Amino acid sequence: MGSLNIENVKKAFGPVEVLKGINLEVTDGEFVVFVGPSGCGKSTLLRVIAGLEDSTSGRVVIDGADVSATPPAKRGIAMVFQTYALYPHLTVKNNMGLGLKQAGTPAAEIDRRIGIASSMLSLEPYLSRRPAELSGGQRQRVAIGRAVVREPKLFLFDEPLSNLDAALRVNTRLEIAQLHRRLKATMIYVTHDQVEAMTLADKIVVLNAGKIEQIGGPMELYNSPANEFVAGFIGSPKMNFVDGARLGETAKTIGVRPEHLTVDAKSGAWKGTVVHAEHLGADTNLYLDCEKAGLITVRIFGVYNAETGATLYATPDPAKTYRFGADGKVLK
Amino acid sequence: MSTATSSLPRTIGAHAVLLTYTVIALFPVIIVIVNSFKSRAAIFGAPLAPPTPKTFDLIGYTTVIGQGDFIHYFQNSLVVTVASLFFVLLFGAMAAFALSEYRFRGNSLMGLYLALGIMIPIRLGTVAILQLMVASGLVNTLTALILVYTAQGLPLAVFILSEFMKQVSDDLKNAGRIDGLSEYTIFFRLVLPLVRPSMATVAVFTMIPIWNDLWFPLILAPSEETKTVTLGAQLFLGQFVTNWNAILAALSLAIMPVLILYVIFSRQLIRGITSGAVK
Ligand SMILES: Nc1ncnc2c1ncn2[C@@H]1O[C@H](COP(=O)(O)OP(=O)(O)O)[C@@H](O)[C@H]1O
Ligand SMILES: [Mg+2]
Repeated sequence: MGSLNIENVKKAFGPVEVLKGINLEVTDGEFVVFVGPSGCGKSTLLRVIAGLEDSTSGRVVIDGADVSATPPAKRGIAMVFQTYALYPHLTVKNNMGLGLKQAGTPAAEIDRRIGIASSMLSLEPYLSRRPAELSGGQRQRVAIGRAVVREPKLFLFDEPLSNLDAALRVNTRLEIAQLHRRLKATMIYVTHDQVEAMTLADKIVVLNAGKIEQIGGPMELYNSPANEFVAGFIGSPKMNFVDGARLGETAKTIGVRPEHLTVDAKSGAWKGTVVHAEHLGADTNLYLDCEKAGLITVRIFGVYNAETGATLYATPDPAKTYRFGADGKVLK
Repeated sequence: MSTATSSLPRTIGAHAVLLTYTVIALFPVIIVIVNSFKSRAAIFGAPLAPPTPKTFDLIGYTTVIGQGDFIHYFQNSLVVTVASLFFVLLFGAMAAFALSEYRFRGNSLMGLYLALGIMIPIRLGTVAILQLMVASGLVNTLTALILVYTAQGLPLAVFILSEFMKQVSDDLKNAGRIDGLSEYTIFFRLVLPLVRPSMATVAVFTMIPIWNDLWFPLILAPSEETKTVTLGAQLFLGQFVTNWNAILAALSLAIMPVLILYVIFSRQLIRGITSGAVK
C-alpha cells in the first residue's frame, strides 16, 4: 500500500527541459533518496509526484492508480519542506490537524493521531504554541508530525535538514530513520548531501541535469558506480580522477578513492609533495601534488604526521581502481 | 542606538536636519489648527500667535457644526474613502496574487498593463468618465466616486503587492495545497496575513489622495446629497466674503479621520514587520 511508478516523466518550463524522461519504480515500504547537485531537478520531480506541478508528459502511478490528474490533497501523500512551511497563525496542534480537518476526519480521530505523532516526536509540551515560539529543530519536527498524522501512502521530504545546524541535522536524521522503521511507510527523500543519502537510503537515485545517472543501494553505488559522475558524487572526500594518458593507460580517466591510496615515504607509484594536511583525529586527509597524477587527495585512517612540502609516494589499490571511457561510462 | 559608527555630533546633526524638516512640514497644518480656535480679528491681527483667553473663539466650529449638512459631507467622504480603499486592497491583492502565483500565457504583459495606470493620470479621462457615468445614470452618486477611485488606486496596489507576494514562501502555499486548502483559503488565510505590512503601505498611499480629492466630487457628484468634505468646505469660500473661521475649522476637522486611519494602518505596519511570521 505505498508503491510508486514513474513512467517517462518529462517536465519543461518554457523552452527549458528540467526533467528529461524519468523512469522509476519504488516498492512498498522503501526509503528512496533522490540525490544530485543543486538545480538538477530533484525538487521538480518531487513536486510532480506530489501534484504541485504538472508534468509535461509521462505518468505518475501511486498504488496502481494513475494520479496524473488528481489534486495533491487526494493523492495520499504528505510532504515535509526545507523551510518547514508551518502555518504561522495556527498552534502546533492545529498545524498538524488542518489537513485531516479539511478532509472531514472526525475530531476524536484527529486528536488520537495527533497524540500518537506528538509522542513519537516528543512534541507534547509544545502543542499549544505557535511556530514563532519554537526553535528550528522543533519546527521541523512539527512539520514531520504534520506529515505523520495524515497516515499517507507516501512521505515526501524535500531537503528537510538543510536549514538545521550540524548537530540537529544528525539528530533529526536519526529520527527520520527511526520513523521509517516504525511506520514501515514508503518514503522519498530529496537531498544534495550524499552523506544523508548514504545513511538513510534503501535505494539511492542519483540525478544529474534532469536525468537519472544510476539507481542502486548505497554500497552498490559506492563499490560499482556506473559512470564518472556517480563515482565523483558518492564518497567523501571525492574520488581522484587522473587523466589516463598521463599514466600511460588506455582508459580516458582513471579514478581512485582517497581511502584506496596508501602512502609511503620511500617508494610508491606516484611521487608527490604534500600541499596541505587536514587532521580530523579519526583520519587524516593529505593533499599531494604528484608529478604523474596531478593534485590528489589521500585519506589515511588514524593520525599521520606529514609536513607540508615533504615528499611522499602514493600507491593506488589496483583492485579498487576505476577506469572510465571517453563517454564517462565505467569500463569493465 | 549606539553603534561604533555613530558619534554624538553626527547624531545631533541628523536630528537637527530631521527636526527642521518636521517643523517645516508641520508648520502649515499647525497654523491652520491654531487659527481655527481664534476670532476673525485675531486670525488677521496675529496669525502666528497661539489663542489667548481673549482671542479664543469657537465660532468657526459652531458655524461648521451648525451648518447641519457638514456632518453629512463627512459621512460621504468617509464612505467613499473606506469603500474605495476596501475594493483597491481586495482587488489589488487578488490580481497581485494571480500575477505572482500562476503561470499563464501573457502573465507579464498583463502585469505591465495593470501597472500602466501608475504613469497615466486618471484625470486625463475625465470627459470619458463623465460620459460613462451620465450614460449609466451614476452621476451624483457615491458609487461613481467609489468606482473612479478604485480604478485610480488599483495600478499602484497591484504593482506594489505583486512584488511582495512573490516573496511569500512557495513551500507554505504548497503545504496548504497538500492539506487540501482551496486557492481562496490559501490567499486569504496564508498569504494576506503575511503581506499585511505592504497592504498597510498601499492603504496609506491610496487613502490620502482620495480623501483630499476635489476634482471628481466637483465633476461627478456635486449635489448636496453627495458632497464630500473637501467640496463642502468650498461653501465658506465665497466670491466676495470668505468665512475664514469656518474654513479653518472645517479643514482642521477634515484632518482627523485620515489621521485616525493612518494611525491604525501604521500600527499594522509596525506589527507586521516585528512579528517575524515566515521563518
Ligand atoms: N517554476 C519554475 N520556473 C522556471 N524554472 C524553474 C522553476 N522551478 C524550477 N526551475 C528550474 O528547474 C531546475 C531544477 O530546479 P529544482 O528541481 O528546484 O532543482 P533542485 O535539484 O535543486 O531541487 C532549475 O534549473 C530551476 O531553475
Ligand atoms: Mg530543491
